[in-house]
Amino acid sequence: MSQLDAKFKIEYPGFHFNAECTMPLDGTTAVFGTSGSGKTTLLRCIAGLTRVSKGYLKFGQDMWQDEHTFVPIQQRRVGVVFQDARLFPHLNAKQNLEYGMKRVQALDRRIEFEQVVGLLGLERLLERRSHHLSGGEQQRVAIGRALLTSPQLLLMDEPLASLDQERKKEILPFIQRLNQELQIPVLYVSHDLNEILQLANHMVLMKEGKVVATGPIQEVFARLDLPGLVEPNMVGAILETRIADHEPEFGLTRVEFEGRSLFIPKQELPVGAPLRVQIHARDVSLVVGEPAASSSVLNSLEATVVEIEESPRDQYAMEVKLDVGCPLLAMITRKSFHQLNLQPGQKVHAHFKAVALS
Amino acid sequence: MSIPEMDWGPLWLTMQLAAVTVVVLLIVGTPLAWWLAFTKSRLRTLVEAVVALPIVLPPTVLGFYLLIALGPLGWIGGLWMELTGSPLSFTFAGLVIASSFYSLPFVVQPLHGAFEAVGKNPLEAAWALGASKLDAFFSVASPMAIRGYLSAIVLGFAHTLGEFGVVLMVGGNIPGVTKVLSIAIYDHVEVLEYSQAHFLSAFLLIFSFLILTIVYTVNRRLPVHVS
Repeated sequence: MSQLDAKFKIEYPGFHFNAECTMPLDGTTAVFGTSGSGKTTLLRCIAGLTRVSKGYLKFGQDMWQDEHTFVPIQQRRVGVVFQDARLFPHLNAKQNLEYGMKRVQALDRRIEFEQVVGLLGLERLLERRSHHLSGGEQQRVAIGRALLTSPQLLLMDEPLASLDQERKKEILPFIQRLNQELQIPVLYVSHDLNEILQLANHMVLMKEGKVVATGPIQEVFARLDLPGLVEPNMVGAILETRIADHEPEFGLTRVEFEGRSLFIPKQELPVGAPLRVQIHARDVSLVVGEPAASSSVLNSLEATVVEIEESPRDQYAMEVKLDVGCPLLAMITRKSFHQLNLQPGQKVHAHFKAVALS
Repeated sequence: MSIPEMDWGPLWLTMQLAAVTVVVLLIVGTPLAWWLAFTKSRLRTLVEAVVALPIVLPPTVLGFYLLIALGPLGWIGGLWMELTGSPLSFTFAGLVIASSFYSLPFVVQPLHGAFEAVGKNPLEAAWALGASKLDAFFSVASPMAIRGYLSAIVLGFAHTLGEFGVVLMVGGNIPGVTKVLSIAIYDHVEVLEYSQAHFLSAFLLIFSFLILTIVYTVNRRLPVHVS
């Protein structure tokens, strides 16, 4: 699988940017960090909008930047979606969409106009100018405009940050579909973990101008050694599940993953639909020995203890990494830890509450 | 009052001068305004001040220096002499050069403001969509700066129409060559031909008023909203 290798170094007064990372050119890679951590700078360097004298960037087999090379943005064939949509105000939505498309050689055109219009639901917006579009509509047109250049890589810089909660919900499903339907790798910069949990397969974690962790999102979220970067309440396992069936009389939906099933609050999705589910570490409790025959807990899985560490997030808590066929993280009190006398390799039962990420 | 026997020469000459000057200034002023809007160079404030000088300088001062520069021994006039073999002062070409200096700020400042309002963001978007820098200028920056261009053209044209002091210093008063409207009016008043002076003055007044009204109306209706 091809990948992107990046290494950039800039010295700004009061800010040292020294980012080095590798990401797969497949699926969605999220770049996460607080504001000022250098996420946008990384994206701009990859796009070719910011030129760093000390930089190295290799896209698959193509060298985009080293000491001798700097491929200008026009030749990188990357789509860029900015936080502000940056539609051209003198053109209507259709002309905005066609702007990049017209400038792509016919040979490189893989994405059809109708396909994008359908995917992003732009049919009724085409004749309108940007000031007659809502913020969410503008952003959808901007995404479409970038896609129509048939980019090799789509770079999205906080595309939802300037929108209210309702608009975010309106656009997220469109972005989720991009990857599945168009097979364009996406680099998604955001400071919102909820967005990332819904969209990303891979994650780059940044802090103070440096990359502190990269990897598949499930692994990064289950890592015990990233204090303070991910809020305590967000830490936990991420499972890729499918809808198995609904139990409307109880307001529940059963989902399956790797032959196991668990219950979550009812979802409005058809049976068989994929759904990402998160189990927060705080919502997991552990039982040693046989679980009680009858319990109010719906979700219980057999698990093996992998690793135990003091929580960097809470001085009275321990974090336990478990294996249930995929990583699962539990946050328990120090007292429970001593009473249960947990050891790596030990078999336990994990009781938990799961939530859908949508 | 009957329409007096008129010599239309100065009016026609003035229109030609204003039109040519505006064209010259758009060609020279666009890159200059662009540079002013986007450069990070320290020279910027210096250049800005130089461009604004004609607004504050008395036209006679500007005219005096231009007279020297455009003369056969001046650096512009001397160069012209070498290239064409004829002098520059007291010619139409000399007048165009002088007017271009005189009206420079009235073209550069609106363009500078317009380019600054466009900003770098839409250009970055255009580059990312595959547009070269020149392409992005013509397809994005210029149409977005259309109001600035309209103001620049009108102000440059109108300001050249009313030019007096500089023309008098540099161009003199040669009928059909350098005798423009404002100088013709002055001449008429000098010899007490008030009806001719009235006629030309009223024409200039009404023409200026009309053109400004049209521009402000068009400007309001232009469908470009740069925010």
